[in-house]
Amino acid sequence: MKAAKGTVFKYGDNVDTDVIIPARYLNTTDHSELAKHCMEDIDKDFTSKVKAGDIIVADKNFGCGSSREHAPIAIKASGVSCVIAKSFARIFYRNSINIGLPIIECEEAADNIKAGDVVSIDFDTGLITDETSGKTFTGQAFPPFMQKIIDSEGLINYINSKE
Amino acid sequence: MSRMTMTQKILAAHAGLSEVKAGQLIEADLDLVLGNDITSPVAIKEMEKFTKEGVFNKDKIALVPDHFVPNKDIKSAENCKCVREFAKRNSITNYFEVGKMGIEHALLPESGLTLPGDLIIGADSHTCTYGALGAFSTGIGSTDMAAGMATGKAWFKVPSAIKFNIVGKPSKWVSGKDVILHIIGMIGVDGALYKSMEFVGEGIRNLSMDDRFTIANMAIEAGGKNGIFPVDDIALTYINEHAKGKKYTVYEADPDAEYDEEYTIDLSKLTPTVAFPHLPENTHTFDDIDDIKIDQVVIGSCTNGRIDDLRIAAEVLTDHHIAEGMRCIVIPATQKIYMQAMEEGLLKTFIEAGAIVSTPTCGPCLGGYMGVLASGERCVSTTNRNFVGRMGAIDSEIYLASPAVAAASAVTGKISQPSELGL
Repeated sequence: MKAAKGTVFKYGDNVDTDVIIPARYLNTTDHSELAKHCMEDIDKDFTSKVKAGDIIVADKNFGCGSSREHAPIAIKASGVSCVIAKSFARIFYRNSINIGLPIIECEEAADNIKAGDVVSIDFDTGLITDETSGKTFTGQAFPPFMQKIIDSEGLINYINSKE
Repeated sequence: MSRMTMTQKILAAHAGLSEVKAGQLIEADLDLVLGNDITSPVAIKEMEKFTKEGVFNKDKIALVPDHFVPNKDIKSAENCKCVREFAKRNSITNYFEVGKMGIEHALLPESGLTLPGDLIIGADSHTCTYGALGAFSTGIGSTDMAAGMATGKAWFKVPSAIKFNIVGKPSKWVSGKDVILHIIGMIGVDGALYKSMEFVGEGIRNLSMDDRFTIANMAIEAGGKNGIFPVDDIALTYINEHAKGKKYTVYEADPDAEYDEEYTIDLSKLTPTVAFPHLPENTHTFDDIDDIKIDQVVIGSCTNGRIDDLRIAAEVLTDHHIAEGMRCIVIPATQKIYMQAMEEGLLKTFIEAGAIVSTPTCGPCLGGYMGVLASGERCVSTTNRNFVGRMGAIDSEIYLASPAVAAASAVTGKISQPSELGL
């Protein structure tokens, strides 16, 4: 994915994997089933309001807690095109890259973008544009190695391509 | 002259490099790849996408169905079946069926599968537990698990480290749980984000192996990549008991290794510590805890379901009965611990006190089963997370504490420390 555009859902610090996808739904690995319960313990309206392309913006330590890959899978399967946060918990960060969910660290964007704003992102340049306010921000670029995994649309494809 | 931390030395050795620096991206060889009944099915599905078939080494993969096992419902049963069949198809040596199964992070060290100097990844965030034995071990997700099972390798960004210099001796009812809750309260749930937490100092000799497992286990609750202890005679005694004859390498940090931050923790100054809802960093000590009535107590999990934990809980519960209306659920973490607790008479103490004793399972810790909370209910739990809805209803509350505090609270019906029972 080279660009994204959508409406923003805004959250605070330490959004943990238990609220992204509660463990009571971890008895399934079905992506669309997981998406039906995404964020329900922190935002019960999320699943009814989210549209393909929408963007999550949060403060620090997004995705803390469990290693469940079901969390980025649920977000991606809900149609979310990118998560922007001040910082990400490391396992969530790794899992997102490995499954091809675009994520960007950008403190300024998280401070300034408001819920409901329309935001567009150019993944090649890291440029984040808040089209509602007109402000622009630059997200942190990925190291080249991670960019290759992202360009391959996930770790498994990347490994296959090396062999 | 290198200036590497203990973690960096293990990573360098597994990447075939003489030196690594914080921030460097490396590819390293794996000694063990772990998964459970929740994360493995996702990894097994990912494995099918590989052009190359099979696993890299059938002896270096551990599959431990423990979260929703014994199967809590049909969907969980199907997940376990998927893991069981994968293990059989690939002749996985270390697959643990019900009866042999225990909570993974108690079971693997006990089975001699986690050794000093090893590089271990596990599709479970509490994989960091094995740092207690001087291994580099860290939690990853299912896709990394799949790649690890297929190739025997994983990529890492070499972490910088925070040094915790442990001094002094803890008082009677202070244990590893209080140490790590104190640290998380001090640095916050992202205080060690992306970093190693290295626990050193003369005070560690006053921490039992089980205390160390508890401390390393919760490094992830401070955002840490891993938690690690030097390998001393206490660790070697454990290794000799559980992994006799196996080969391993002991790594030490360089004397002038670089650390981002250093803290001194005086064990003698710590008091029983409780993390209030809904973050592990929200810690309180008993000088600022009012009467908080509770409905349930859970004593168990990969954090605190080991024999020391059960001994402490039983010591508090001896000659006491849990409060009227209280539910107290005790979960020995492995079959071996269960048996040991039986032989030592601990199970009798629990049952006579009005508690129940369960077969090993992660169950209630993540709100799976065996102790899910209704709306408005409060639980004192020896587990590791007190996030919103973690153990059940989204308006239920979890207070994280040591086995001593959990047992005392079960008796009084409110958050209490053993001294309130005259102990």
